[in-house]
Amino acid sequence: MLGLNSKDTSLLLVVAALTMLAPFILNPFPEGSELAQFNAGYPDLMQRFVIFGIFAIGFNILFGLTGYLSFGHAAFLGVGSYGAIWMMKLVTLNVIPAIIMAVIFAGLFAVVVGYISLRRSGIYFSILTLAFAQMSYALAYSVLTPITGGETGLQLKSTDNPIFNNLAEGEIGRASLFGMDMRTSFELEAGAWLFTFNVGYYIAAVFMLLAFYMSIRIFRSPFGMMLRAVKSNQNRLSYTGLNAKPYTLAAFVISGMYAGLAGGLLVAMDTQVGPERMFWTASGEVVLMTILGGAGTLIGPVLGAGMIKYMENIISKINDNILHQWFAWMPDGLEDFTVFLIHPFIGKGWHLTLGIVFMLVVIFLPGGLVEGGQRIGRMLKGRKKTSGGDGDPEHHPKPAPHVAE
Amino acid sequence: MGILEVKGVGKRFGGLQALGDVNLSVQENTVHAIIGPNGAGKSTLLNCLIGKLIPDTGSVMFDGQSVLGRKPHEINQMGISRVFQTPEIFGDLTVFENVMIPCFAKRDGAFRLHAFESVPKEKDLVQQAEEMLTEMNMIDKRHMHAAALSRGDKRRLEMAMCLVQQPKLLLLDEPTAGMARADTNNTIDLLKEIKEKRDITMAIIEHDMHVVFSLAERITVLAQGTPLVEDTPDNIKGHPKVQEAYLGQAH
Amino acid sequence: MEAIILQILNGLDKGSAYALIALGLTLIFGTLGVVNFAHGALFMIGAFCAVILQRLLSLSHQVVDETRTDFLGNPLKVDVPYVYDWFGEAAGQAIINWSVPLAIVFSIPVMVAAGFAMERGLIKYFYKRPHADQILVTFGLAIVLQEIIKYFFGANPIPTPAPPAFTGSFDFGALIGLENIIYPYWRLVYFLFSMAIITAVFGFLQFTTFGMVVRAGMADRETVGLLGINIDKRFTIMFGLAAAVAGLAGVMYAPINSPNYHMGMDFLVLSFVVVVVGGMGSLPGAVLAGFLLGILESFASLPQVIDIIPGINQIIIYLVAIVILLTRPRGLMGRKGVMEE
Repeated sequence: MLGLNSKDTSLLLVVAALTMLAPFILNPFPEGSELAQFNAGYPDLMQRFVIFGIFAIGFNILFGLTGYLSFGHAAFLGVGSYGAIWMMKLVTLNVIPAIIMAVIFAGLFAVVVGYISLRRSGIYFSILTLAFAQMSYALAYSVLTPITGGETGLQLKSTDNPIFNNLAEGEIGRASLFGMDMRTSFELEAGAWLFTFNVGYYIAAVFMLLAFYMSIRIFRSPFGMMLRAVKSNQNRLSYTGLNAKPYTLAAFVISGMYAGLAGGLLVAMDTQVGPERMFWTASGEVVLMTILGGAGTLIGPVLGAGMIKYMENIISKINDNILHQWFAWMPDGLEDFTVFLIHPFIGKGWHLTLGIVFMLVVIFLPGGLVEGGQRIGRMLKGRKKTSGGDGDPEHHPKPAPHVAE
Repeated sequence: MGILEVKGVGKRFGGLQALGDVNLSVQENTVHAIIGPNGAGKSTLLNCLIGKLIPDTGSVMFDGQSVLGRKPHEINQMGISRVFQTPEIFGDLTVFENVMIPCFAKRDGAFRLHAFESVPKEKDLVQQAEEMLTEMNMIDKRHMHAAALSRGDKRRLEMAMCLVQQPKLLLLDEPTAGMARADTNNTIDLLKEIKEKRDITMAIIEHDMHVVFSLAERITVLAQGTPLVEDTPDNIKGHPKVQEAYLGQAH
Repeated sequence: MEAIILQILNGLDKGSAYALIALGLTLIFGTLGVVNFAHGALFMIGAFCAVILQRLLSLSHQVVDETRTDFLGNPLKVDVPYVYDWFGEAAGQAIINWSVPLAIVFSIPVMVAAGFAMERGLIKYFYKRPHADQILVTFGLAIVLQEIIKYFFGANPIPTPAPPAFTGSFDFGALIGLENIIYPYWRLVYFLFSMAIITAVFGFLQFTTFGMVVRAGMADRETVGLLGINIDKRFTIMFGLAAAVAGLAGVMYAPINSPNYHMGMDFLVLSFVVVVVGGMGSLPGAVLAGFLLGILESFASLPQVIDIIPGINQIIIYLVAIVILLTRPRGLMGRKGVMEE
């Protein structure tokens, strides 16, 4: 279907089903129950899942396929965001032109940065991208204040009057899709459960599915194969008559455009942007997402993005009181001790948890969560049938899986 | 007029004259070996042929065009494929993909953004690749990761990757260097087999006499950066100058 | 003239910090071939060594002061640091005031131990893995280390003053027959201190057999290994040394910039740029580029310069790095073939 083989089609369908049903799946606990705080099915968080999923999918096209580790991808997200907000401020509140603008801006910027950075490889490439991103951040923060709003960033204001919208005097515009307000939500009460369906989320989700579909196509295309060849052996590639530069540059620009799309969608959701979106820690975050989920796999980056955003929002909400409730069944002294032990990893300490999980993944699971899943699957399979058949590619040891099965 | 014409090539590294005045002509559909003791300038000459080094003097013409100053991928696109001392393959890719990449390179040139096409749908190329793998007796390994192949299979795969492009000239850089006798013989057999099945021009840089005399139709002996003689294997064997410069000391 | 000298001086303290961190990075990279993203964290831990020592020395117990009363008329309880009890009030106060220089002694064993632990516990498993993996795992480690510090010391900067003798400024111009070059004492101390460390490191590498083997190992690790010299053990020691250099840079920097948990990362990003500009694997290059970029940054912050090119002070280092990388890919003093692929 859609030019995919049956395996990829089913993967796409599963992902589609999960994203469409996310308001149900992410809200498994009844409203008002103790566990309700672990519900992730509220619009703001769900939007972040899919938007950062797009960001990570795009990053993975560069890093996962070619092995070029960019430490400056947040710059493209930021540039996309600025492009989108100006489109909404000046032209129209409809999100589609804003998103298109974001992709174009980010793409153009990626052409420039990529053209220069790709003249070097390895660590030099990483540092060049980092330098570009930090430069963009510093510029957005200071000199370009007239365009970027400096430290305070840009928001839709009552003074903005996009030419294609008739706003009343003093009215603050709201992002919309052909008149559908992004912030509109429908709520569904089912017994003790409350499910929220948000317009913005579904628009972002559709973009994510589109982005995911395109990434599958790229992974399976001759182009994707060439990119993996770049990672594997550039020397052989050039003696095979292929020029690695345009391939890597194309991958760089495509991933930059994905970042721009994510940036545009962020603006479409909350109509604001600040320079901190381009800070290098934001670039580091997308690296973490991709590696955590599984670089070079199809679904990994989406999983990684989801996991990090979930941790960020949920783990940081857990506090000692909640822990005491959980461990109330323990003897008093032990309960306090357990809470004391866990305390550094929750609440504001979620970054610590993230850092540790990330290190463990890099050390023991270079293929990320996807490889972990595959290993568990293999273990379960291995118990059923003792010998793996020869000639089956899945059973050959490989340093890092490139393509999700 | 040969397909590869090397005229008056010289290369200096500081005070060392690595290549003197090299003239060489590789004729179409022959196996031409370039031999010489260590330090004779074989590698320097090879690097000049593939664009890695630019000679100080002289010209290298391939099929009527100069190769000097061109990048490796451009030289490949002109029709020169290269086999390395240790097989250079795409270790992370499957055997089948390894052979598909040169097929695409041959058809589409050095770059094409075929990001939304599908590999299996390229029926012609798939067929070419499969035929090549069948010829190399590797079709049953097509789904294996290339890095997991045995050394001999890696050599066969590399050969398949070069041959599938139907190169006008196949350059082999010491294809048996560091190999045990049995592996060397296997490689010789493989090359002979390839030669029997098709018209192909090969240039072999080699120091192993056994390999050279089993395969070559013409031999150029290089010593101290200049060609000593160029002749058929039988004449080379008995040539006193060669005996002196090479065989005398090496064997 | 005065303005130029002042800007050079102003660039020296940051330049010193860049140079010291870049020196450690290069030592690790040159000897172990590892790209250490956690090196900034070592700098930060060094700065917190000063904080920790200051707090340890200020540990107090409460004593009832009969002579004074609080506003309710009860006898006033005052905190008396233990050091007062041990050394008398004057000497005790002096010890607390001098906690930053004292932290040098305190931090060396701490940093060396931290360096050993890092190398033996983590880095050594990554020698054979790709550079990207090394970057990623040390990046993870950096996050963990800074979060641990944040957990114990909070997110706010902790003022850690220099000894009173060195607070305040002096007229540097008077020393060289010019006028009005007011320069803080501690920055001069920092510069001299860093020069001493740099000299010590170079002397160590140049004049000891240990250093000779290490330099040989940096040039050609395999050959030195073939000679039957246990390079690995020496490299572990080098890691400890690099950690100590970063730590000392941090300790002494504490009065200039109140330590906070993310100072390591802030300096690391710039120090990497410094290393690349200096030339990956070149120790003199790292030091030279550190000072050069520090001074350049200081000049770019001049109001006259900012008037012409607004914001140049924010981006000058990155701009220089980009230009250098594109025109001299190996950096100012880089060796051939280092990290080219």
